[in-house]
Amino acid sequence: MIEFSNYDILRNLLFATQWTILLSLAAFIGGATVALTLTAMRLTRNPAMQRIVRVYVELFQGTPLLMQMFLCFFGLSMLGYEISAWGAAILSLTFFTSAFLVEIWRGCIDTLPKGQWEASRCLGLSFLQTLRFIILPQAIRVATAPTVGFSVQVIKGTALASVIGFVELTKVGTMLNNATFEPFKIFTLVALIYFMLCYPLSLYSKHLEKKFNVSR
Amino acid sequence: MSLVNLHQVHKYYGDHHVLKGIDLDIKAGEVISIIGRSGSGKSTLLRCINGLEQYQEGGITVDGKEVTTDDIQVRRLALSVGMIFQNFNLFPHMTVGENIMLAPTIVLKKSKAEAETTARAMLEKVGLAEKFDSFPEKLSGGQQQRVAIARALAMSPKVLLCDEITSALDPELVGEVLKVLEQLAKEGMTLVLVTHEMNFARDVGSRVVFMHQGKVWEQGDSKTILSNPQTDELKQFMGAVL
Repeated sequence: MIEFSNYDILRNLLFATQWTILLSLAAFIGGATVALTLTAMRLTRNPAMQRIVRVYVELFQGTPLLMQMFLCFFGLSMLGYEISAWGAAILSLTFFTSAFLVEIWRGCIDTLPKGQWEASRCLGLSFLQTLRFIILPQAIRVATAPTVGFSVQVIKGTALASVIGFVELTKVGTMLNNATFEPFKIFTLVALIYFMLCYPLSLYSKHLEKKFNVSR
Repeated sequence: MSLVNLHQVHKYYGDHHVLKGIDLDIKAGEVISIIGRSGSGKSTLLRCINGLEQYQEGGITVDGKEVTTDDIQVRRLALSVGMIFQNFNLFPHMTVGENIMLAPTIVLKKSKAEAETTARAMLEKVGLAEKFDSFPEKLSGGQQQRVAIARALAMSPKVLLCDEITSALDPELVGEVLKVLEQLAKEGMTLVLVTHEMNFARDVGSRVVFMHQGKVWEQGDSKTILSNPQTDELKQFMGAVL
């Protein structure tokens, strides 16, 4: 049996952390892109578009992320689409992230007074011009803090990808535990690494929130 | 020639019948004060004229063109109708200058230099030339409202709609805004105001329209109608506000 020194354990965990970070980034970028499209759809006054977004949000907020991952991974391959664990993880985390971001962003846009839309309309700005010049610049200021705060949920969510066999931080932790039988040490280290990823983001989010409140 | 024409306009919010057949004809250069109790439909009427609210029956034309809430139509309409709101609705993330220059540059496609010249001239007109680079939050309510007027004027509208534009102001700031309006009236701008300022309506306005229960209840020359109201409702209303 191979012996694992503390150094080996840490080295392996840190290596796997790269994949956790990469998966988080991919999920966040994918989720934000989809959420942006959904937000635009929601802002049009087209009832069909709004319904699509509502169903999407209900569907992905109302089911566990783990089930979504299983469906993306096993479900798709049963339908004949070969998908890697990496692909399935990104896909399901994108659904998950976008469903929450679209709600967060809607809240931020709704805090802007209706008068901003009306004044723009009375000045002859089109819907897209109003979004670009009036609504988004103000909404982004409000949305930054909760969005950064939510990214913590995305990072923690990536741990579930270990279940479908994607080798990231949690998966490597499990593998090391199987080899060393030192669950307390290993999972404490795993938790610590997650904490070191998430805590600065939480702090940053709080800082942004304060900054925004002061300038208001 | 009539600039704004309303013919038998009906408006419903669900089952609530807000406007019950409004007929109104506004000529270029007139200063119309719409008065009445809250809930009488004055603001709704104003918002129908610039396409912010949909009406269900009748017809409205501005400068000979029909008014609808259709996006393209509203944008075309915005070129001839300016609107000032009770709460100013300036864009808080832009300076005063940027607020005024935005629509002329992206809607009228004016060059930046040309838009700036206009913006500075309009600010001069409302007495705020030195505030070009300030942000709205640094200004008093009265100053913000004057910027809003300058912003509307920069689109050179044919008619300016004012929806209770002094109602959100501290009493000592009302005068400066009314003075700007008076100046505009003298220059021949067509103004349609929903207002509670009876003195202004009498001294500057050319016609007063009294609305009651969704109808034009009484209207006439501002000096005669206010000193000699014909209907009981207007007499009562005058008693309540004076």
